Amino acid sequence: MPRVHIDVMLKEEILDPQGQAVERALPSLGYEGVSGVRIGKHIELDVPDDADVAATVDGIADKLLANPVIERFSWRVDATG
Amino acid sequence: MRVGVIQFPGSCDERDAVRALSHLGAEPVLLWHGTADLDGAEAIVLPGGFTYGDYLRTGAIAQFAPVMGAVADFAERGGPVLGICNGFQVLCEARLLPGALTRNEGLRFIHRRQALRVETPGTWLDAPAGAVLDIPVKHGEGRYVHDDPDGLAAAGQVLVRYCHADGTVDDDANPNGSVAGIAGVTNAAGNVAGLMPHPEHAVEALLGSTDGAKILGAVLRAGVGA
Repeated sequence: MPRVHIDVMLKEEILDPQGQAVERALPSLGYEGVSGVRIGKHIELDVPDDADVAATVDGIADKLLANPVIERFSWRVDATG
Repeated sequence: MRVGVIQFPGSCDERDAVRALSHLGAEPVLLWHGTADLDGAEAIVLPGGFTYGDYLRTGAIAQFAPVMGAVADFAERGGPVLGICNGFQVLCEARLLPGALTRNEGLRFIHRRQALRVETPGTWLDAPAGAVLDIPVKHGEGRYVHDDPDGLAAAGQVLVRYCHADGTVDDDANPNGSVAGIAGVTNAAGNVAGLMPHPEHAVEALLGSTDGAKILGAVLRAGVGA
């Protein structure tokens, strides 16, 4: 069964306060100048062998895993799986 | 008037909503999420809470509960549906309301009494435009996002905005970073409404404010035999 890795991120124009909080913590760890921190979700799942992977994953991501009003998603099949 | 209050796993304000609706003279009935039968309700309230643990996103899982198909059909026929806090999030996820709700700008869970300015009186508000209501908020993910807040306001779909006690809307009065201070909206047809503040916690003077009755009371007026 193909294992699929899906990433869900807030759209670029949507403020990400979690990412900002992490970014503000970095200088205190000695990492100066690191910017553009964005936090999202990573989801992995197995798709049945007889299923259309693209249609299945696009459907699941669009209907449930991401809210297209504020998020976008991308996915890839695990080549090692 | 029979008002259905939906109970999802993780709802926590459904009994407050039932009590408040009874106090206002309605006949509330709890509706389990697993049913597709609205039990003759003439209006529907989706209460606050943390449905399905807010897993994935607030309201994301609840939108697929069997009862939500019945609620969508009821709304499609013009039936009045009000979502409070998590109920608002569920209605946005179900695309019954425009926009989305996400994490508060300041990341903190906010609980406080909040002044709200009435934007669009009518079905959902028993108060004139510009009136200031005192209603509690309590949420961690109440930042309202919409790509055209001015268009939404022009269409009469903005119900209330966060404001100061004098009715001024600005960033200081905005508890969560919602776009244009929007605290509640309706759908285009006007029969589905949602707001983050909790009118069901503000219907008895003992608890500090009775302004919630101006919203929940309107649910009773809005009820139809849809």
